[in-house]
Amino acid sequence: MNRYLLGRVGQALLVLWGAYTITYFILYLLPGDTLSIMLSASGLEVDALSPADLAKARAYYGLDRGLFEQYGHLLWRALHGDFGQSLSLNRPVTALLAERLPQTLTLAGSAIVLSLIGGIGLAYLTAYVRWQPLQSAMARLPSLGFSVPVFWLGLLLIQVFAFGLGWFPATGSQGLDSLVLPAITLAIPSAAVYAQVLQRGFQHVWREPYITTAYAKGLSRAQVQYRHGLKNAALPILTLFGLQVGNTVSGAVLVETIFSRNGVGRLAQEAVLRQDIPVVLAIVAISAAAFVVVNLLVDLLYPMFDPRITHAPRAPSAA
Amino acid sequence: MPSSNAVHNLDRRFGSPSIQRLPATTPSAPLPVEATTPWRRRNRWSRLLSASRPLLRRPGFMLAALVVAFALLAALAPGVLSGFDPNATAPLAKLTAPNATHWFGTDELGRDLYTRVIHGASLSIQAALLAVGLALLGGLSLGVLSGFAGGRVDALIMRVIDVLLALPGLLLALAIVTAIGFGTLPVALAVGVGIIPGFARTTRAEVLRVKTLPYVEAARLGGASWLQTLWRHILPNAWGPVAVLATLDFGAAILATAGLSFLGFGAAPPAPEWGTLIATGRHFLITAPWVALLPGAFVVAVVFSLNHLARTLEEIKR
Amino acid sequence: MNALIEVHNLGIAYRQGAQHTQAVTDVSFSLAQGETLAIVGESGSGKTTVANAILGLLPDSAVLTAGRLVVAGQDLSQASERVKRQLRGRTIGLVPQDPMVSLNPTQRIGVQIAEALVLARGGRYRGVDNDVGELLAQVGLDNPTLRARQYPHELSGGMRQRVLIAIALAGNPRLIIADEPTSALDVTVQQRILDHLEGLVRERGISLLIITHDLGVAADRADRVLVMKSGTLVEHGTPQQVLAKPTQPYTRALIAAAPAFAEPRAPRTAAAPGQRPLLALTAVNKHYRLPRVRGQADRFQALADVSFKVCAGQTLGIVGESGSGKSTALRIALGLEKADSGRIEFAEQDVTDFGWRQFRPLRRRMQLVQQNPFAALDPRLSIFDSIVEPLVSFGLARGAELDRAARELIERVHLPAHFLDRLPRELSGGQRQRVAIARALALQPDLLLLDEPVSALDVSVQRQILDLLDELQRELGIAYVIVSHDLAVIANVADEVLVMRQGRIVDQGPTAQLFNHPGNAYTQALLDAVPGKRQRALA
Repeated sequence: MNRYLLGRVGQALLVLWGAYTITYFILYLLPGDTLSIMLSASGLEVDALSPADLAKARAYYGLDRGLFEQYGHLLWRALHGDFGQSLSLNRPVTALLAERLPQTLTLAGSAIVLSLIGGIGLAYLTAYVRWQPLQSAMARLPSLGFSVPVFWLGLLLIQVFAFGLGWFPATGSQGLDSLVLPAITLAIPSAAVYAQVLQRGFQHVWREPYITTAYAKGLSRAQVQYRHGLKNAALPILTLFGLQVGNTVSGAVLVETIFSRNGVGRLAQEAVLRQDIPVVLAIVAISAAAFVVVNLLVDLLYPMFDPRITHAPRAPSAA
Repeated sequence: MPSSNAVHNLDRRFGSPSIQRLPATTPSAPLPVEATTPWRRRNRWSRLLSASRPLLRRPGFMLAALVVAFALLAALAPGVLSGFDPNATAPLAKLTAPNATHWFGTDELGRDLYTRVIHGASLSIQAALLAVGLALLGGLSLGVLSGFAGGRVDALIMRVIDVLLALPGLLLALAIVTAIGFGTLPVALAVGVGIIPGFARTTRAEVLRVKTLPYVEAARLGGASWLQTLWRHILPNAWGPVAVLATLDFGAAILATAGLSFLGFGAAPPAPEWGTLIATGRHFLITAPWVALLPGAFVVAVVFSLNHLARTLEEIKR
Repeated sequence: MNALIEVHNLGIAYRQGAQHTQAVTDVSFSLAQGETLAIVGESGSGKTTVANAILGLLPDSAVLTAGRLVVAGQDLSQASERVKRQLRGRTIGLVPQDPMVSLNPTQRIGVQIAEALVLARGGRYRGVDNDVGELLAQVGLDNPTLRARQYPHELSGGMRQRVLIAIALAGNPRLIIADEPTSALDVTVQQRILDHLEGLVRERGISLLIITHDLGVAADRADRVLVMKSGTLVEHGTPQQVLAKPTQPYTRALIAAAPAFAEPRAPRTAAAPGQRPLLALTAVNKHYRLPRVRGQADRFQALADVSFKVCAGQTLGIVGESGSGKSTALRIALGLEKADSGRIEFAEQDVTDFGWRQFRPLRRRMQLVQQNPFAALDPRLSIFDSIVEPLVSFGLARGAELDRAARELIERVHLPAHFLDRLPRELSGGQRQRVAIARALALQPDLLLLDEPVSALDVSVQRQILDLLDELQRELGIAYVIVSHDLAVIANVADEVLVMRQGRIVDQGPTAQLFNHPGNAYTQALLDAVPGKRQRALA
């Protein structure tokens, strides 16, 4: 078991490193002139500087080193928790992140809980209902859920619940009421995906022979659905959960912008507008780390839910 | 008799075996070629047409198809659907509610909102098409290569896909846009790269599934090379779920490009990209909610119809 | 005497939209307490519908069109779901068809059995765990406490079947319905389990209703036999009556078709003594590496020192249970797998080390018919395209010649020419198997390898396919190697038989000799396990 654990952790670290590297190359390699971007982010014009100043600036940003040296230097500092300085705000990036991360974590956390409850609940009910027209209608709901642009949904909710009914504030980062609308907005696309997958899962499970065995014991439909159906139908959700982390982070950027919350998401949006490269790199690295950690946990916990999966070394054909 | 001639022709072509076969009794005289039971070779198109006829009777499907057709028309020939000029400002008529002349009302500069939405369709849909096209190209090739080759190649490609997956779609897009600048093209590229993992994985899963099916083995035993097998059997049977995913991702790409232009990274104003329309409308939410909400409703209608089409296709295939 | 089940003129139909498909028409029978009744029928005969009706598990689309169904005094034709639910588990138990998929994979065995016990009692009670252990011991499982804590995938098929019997017995039912009890497992395993079930049932005076397609099983184990066809009751009587004096032509056809009741075949043309074999395997070994799991071996010996040969125009039958290595032997002969050691010779060439390219020309002379007709044809290709594909791959024919070849091939397998235009899903299992045979014949091979060619088909269809193979051999002089777990099928078609067990050949010889004087205890056990033997012995 330990060998497997080490292997998976190693793999996770490899993926994380790959993600960091790709982002680094996108940010530092793709643009025509990294220096002018960084200068304009700091509020300076490249043409206004003398060659001597340009050279000083290059050294300051660490752009005078060779490509790989620069990369190694940045990676080394990142591993020590130092993501450099924000170009536009002139503060250490780590400090900025530390300030804004709790907000985003609360938002993401509540959204995840809501989406699980909502998604699983909707799918469970859809499988429970026997009246065909109602079931078909409910089966279409998840599809609607991920057809809706998350930012538009936020605006709609603000219009109805904040401006129209006045139940919740439209913006702000303080207090529980300001969390409600953003969390619901962020939860809906994920909930739709969970509901869809679980619906399919139930459709599949209802046809399995062990369901007939359960009925033959004398169980009622509700009992069969709960005791034998749910666990087996919900297995794919565990893997999905890991993958949804990415979508939640992406959604957070949009939701925080709409509801004017002081989180990492809005920080990302501002950083891109100002082409603040170190901040963007740091935020992407942190998100990738979150994704990798969550998926690693899911992978390790999977056998608890599905006893058929063990952590014995698998044949090479299984990827 | 013609039929047995065919048999003899084949026999002569590859010679007689060195082992003596037991004397074969010739079959009773077969019918002449102009047989009494003629059979028409129905080709694939007529089969497809007859399969799609029951679809015409489904109201939901037809409605969704109509909406998508409308959106495509708006993308290709916006002038057909609206007489107004999307950029013509009329400050006196600003922020009027939807009425008979202005179906969606007007925005803060007095421009007809409906027209702007129609013209925005071409930008957004082109961007989405580009994104899905890029993703299909990249994802399909990676998936087929990975599923077909197996072994080390497969493992390597899957690691790369894992890395791409670890980067959240929007953030990856943000990084790309930071690097190469704003505009419709960078947005489309960014969204496309984010969708590649999904295609690669689905294609790979399908290729792996079909590769081990008995009829593929039978084809190989019948003398087909791997390339022939890939072309004749594996690809045609693997493309089903990929087509469904492509339709679904087309909708997702529309949403993603709208999201990026909402955040301000799309084409510069006055380009009426859908996301930009919603972003500007945001400021007038209290006084003129239709400016932000109606374009969004249109987007929802288009994407939902696309999803419906995808689901119907999937159901039909089963 | 009060019968346990009384069925009077039962009619059941399935509704789909506006269509009504009648599944059962005018069926009447009764079952007394302690009796064993078997309902025999092929697919589409309605036997499963009748069983589901007794259990109260008919789908929503099913509707009772006529007659009455009374179980343990309750009229089920008008009963509510509640009443039906009360009967399940407590009065009627079910032993389902396929033990590999009939247990909840994410629940422990003990929990699943306890659930049945608790339901029967009406609530949780103290001694549940003890009762679970006792039940597991009664159905013949070793180490009950360990088994109760295990998950289904940790148990073999036979063990899972016993667990399902335990679940059925848990509620102390008066009737047990056994659905196709002989389809999923090896013949010797099935025999043991069914004997055990019969014993338990007789001890407790439980009635047993066996639903099966196998007339042999019905004849061996039932007090009375019902034969159904297309929803109607065709024959009804004791096994002796039904087998010795069948009144209906369908029953006669069924008996004639059942391989178990046919005579083993005598070889038609003995191989000339000096004749060189077409295919010869000599001392072939093959092992597979297993993922390393503690407590288990890390390699699996699929074949150990296997040698056999096939001469032109002869049929070699290889019989064995699962894990015997019979399919592996075929795959090695075809070059799909490489042997660890030994020699493989085909058409007087040593092909042991041939690569795929080298082997390719020889493929024209050796073809395979696969086991599963439902997956052997590409669902997107028309029958025409499937049949001529080998000709196209080798570039042997084109255009009009291709059409003619296709037409000839499809006529040879006795399918109408207009089938060439159809898709596989429009054909039945037997028809698809014929198409697979036609495709295999396209290249005019000298040797045809058939892996379980009739296992997935109904009994009457099996007979047709076996007759077709016979005819083709007479007309074209092809040699066959047929692999099957069904001894009766092999007896019908093979000139020489090989018995394999766990990778080794344990017995070998001409068919009639092997069947009448088996040289090996295992062969004898296999022969004994063939259902219908008791009846044949009596006759």
